[in-house]
Amino acid sequence: MATTVTRFRETPLPRTRSAISESAGMRRAVIGLTVVFLFLFLFFPLIAIFFEALRDGLGAYLDSFRDPYALAAVRLTLIVAAICVPVNTIFGVAAAWAIAKFEFRGKSLLTTLIDLPFAVSPVIAGLLFILVFGSHGWLGPWLEARGLQVIFALPGIVLATLFITFPFVARELIPIMQARGKEDEHAALTLGAGGWRTFWQVTLPNVKWGLFYGVVLCNARAMGEFGAVAVVSGNIKGLTSTMPLYVETLYLEYATVPAFALSSVLALLALITLLLKNLIESRWRSAPGRGN
Amino acid sequence: MGIQALHLTKTFGGLKALDDVSLEVPDGKLVSLLGPSGSGKTTLLRILAGLEFCDHGTPAKILFHGKDVSGVPAGKRKVGFVFQHYALFRHMTVFGNIAFGMKVRRGGLRPSKDRIKNRVGELLELVRMSGLERRYPSELSGGQRQRVALARALAVDPEVLLLDEPFGALDAKVRKGLRRWLRTFQERLGLTTIFVTHDQEEALELADEVVVMNNARIEQVGDPQYVYDRPATPFVIEFLGNVNKLVAGLSGLPKEGGNVLYVRPHDVDIVGPDEAAGEYVIKARVQHVFSAGNYGRIQLERLSSREPFEAEISRERLRQLEIKYGDVLSVVFRHVRLFPRGKFFETDVRDGKLVGLRDSLPTNGEDG
Repeated sequence: MATTVTRFRETPLPRTRSAISESAGMRRAVIGLTVVFLFLFLFFPLIAIFFEALRDGLGAYLDSFRDPYALAAVRLTLIVAAICVPVNTIFGVAAAWAIAKFEFRGKSLLTTLIDLPFAVSPVIAGLLFILVFGSHGWLGPWLEARGLQVIFALPGIVLATLFITFPFVARELIPIMQARGKEDEHAALTLGAGGWRTFWQVTLPNVKWGLFYGVVLCNARAMGEFGAVAVVSGNIKGLTSTMPLYVETLYLEYATVPAFALSSVLALLALITLLLKNLIESRWRSAPGRGN
Repeated sequence: MGIQALHLTKTFGGLKALDDVSLEVPDGKLVSLLGPSGSGKTTLLRILAGLEFCDHGTPAKILFHGKDVSGVPAGKRKVGFVFQHYALFRHMTVFGNIAFGMKVRRGGLRPSKDRIKNRVGELLELVRMSGLERRYPSELSGGQRQRVALARALAVDPEVLLLDEPFGALDAKVRKGLRRWLRTFQERLGLTTIFVTHDQEEALELADEVVVMNNARIEQVGDPQYVYDRPATPFVIEFLGNVNKLVAGLSGLPKEGGNVLYVRPHDVDIVGPDEAAGEYVIKARVQHVFSAGNYGRIQLERLSSREPFEAEISRERLRQLEIKYGDVLSVVFRHVRLFPRGKFFETDVRDGKLVGLRDSLPTNGEDG
């Protein structure tokens, strides 16, 4: 059984002088180093993206989005995310539910397998799908004979993205569900609620912020994935080129402004994701009922 | 009979949690399952609620008011269950929590909105929480949460009420108040109730009947006074109240296997500083004297075996005897209990003579 969790919200620590106070010089050096590092490797590139994108003025920037290939890339990316995020949300909830609430053989193996996409290089993941679904792969010829092309087509991109993004929701939910234990579900059970109702009214609300956070991260990765998608998609302009892939294509064709313009959309997406994540975290902390 | 549980056996991964346990709770009674952690008491409660199940193939049977509910799922057993840590739904208000059991009923069984609202109001009044229906559990104190959990359990009109360590997570003062309140509350409702506790004081003070559990089995059942006065096993006497355990025997007592004898501190009588060592008189040296309230506690060491033991006498008597550190005293054990190989002996010594020797427990209530 989980240990008793404090039921009252924590109060912030009173501001006191820290016992581990270093000399002022040392403190400045550490903070300075962090700031310089962040500037060089995060802030500066971010600025550079928008700077390069707007180098030839707003008109040129907007013109970049008149390119039908760019629009096709945006559309493809949205389609892939629209398929992968819901599928992985359902899978993630199911996997977290299974791992947190039930005892079964091979549970630790399942837990490890969920982490696999984090451990495998995306390029290898892409190659795995080619091996299975490619023209010379195990299932590829059989599927192609039935008119379904997986590799170098939308299904392959979706499969690769699904593989890459499936840990996000599950990873986020498992610790929360494990910490919550089964008492709430048992309480609902003794009160006469069925499994389905218990899930929707008790289990899910208990983890909603964690779930939301997992979905946001999953979405960010689904839109941003490059390696695995590059391998399985074939990167055919206007057909199987997603946003990250098309950015690379443009860049290699020396179309700097369009490349950075499209990048700026991805970067904006990342910023929005971060903002959402922060918003969720603060909501999560102050949500009523979060306290116990 | 309110609750009958017959031949419950439960194993968790090779470890016995319940070993052929049977239990009967009379209608409307408040019964406590008392035992150390791991004794199986919570498992027993959860099996009664339908949250755990007996081992497959065992002849277990559970009846509520004569109806066999062994195969009935938890949601249909009409059990009100209060969890140790309340298990309140944190994302729901007090109202939402209490109304939950009514709202989840299907079709025609679901009361109307107004009916639910009225019932929640009634229950809140019953647990003295009126006006707090909009609060979230995190905005309540421990005692209030406990009462919300109780109201939520009662909202399904249960036939039996099961409480798992209901006061375990509360601080001592709140616990005492709530304990008394629960007692009157239960009496008023007349609901057959079982509560689990590891706190003997709680069990003895609150329950009509105490079921002492140890090692997956029931050690003894009886009303609190009886179980305290007539413990059936060494475990019960050691678990309930203070007791001296002396290994070296006493002449004149039955010696069937083992010499271990048990004496309650208040059954140790100081007969005087230099009484002759009779058959039932023991010589002991004073190690420490302390008095609090009405009682004086004397730490003694038996001269013959150097075993430490404790006596509890009135403060008045302590003053009369003028006992101080290092004194050698003559002591008589008024009641000694022995449990040789599953048997039971109890002595009654008065004025240096053995006036009574029981070799079986009187039935419950025979001599209170």
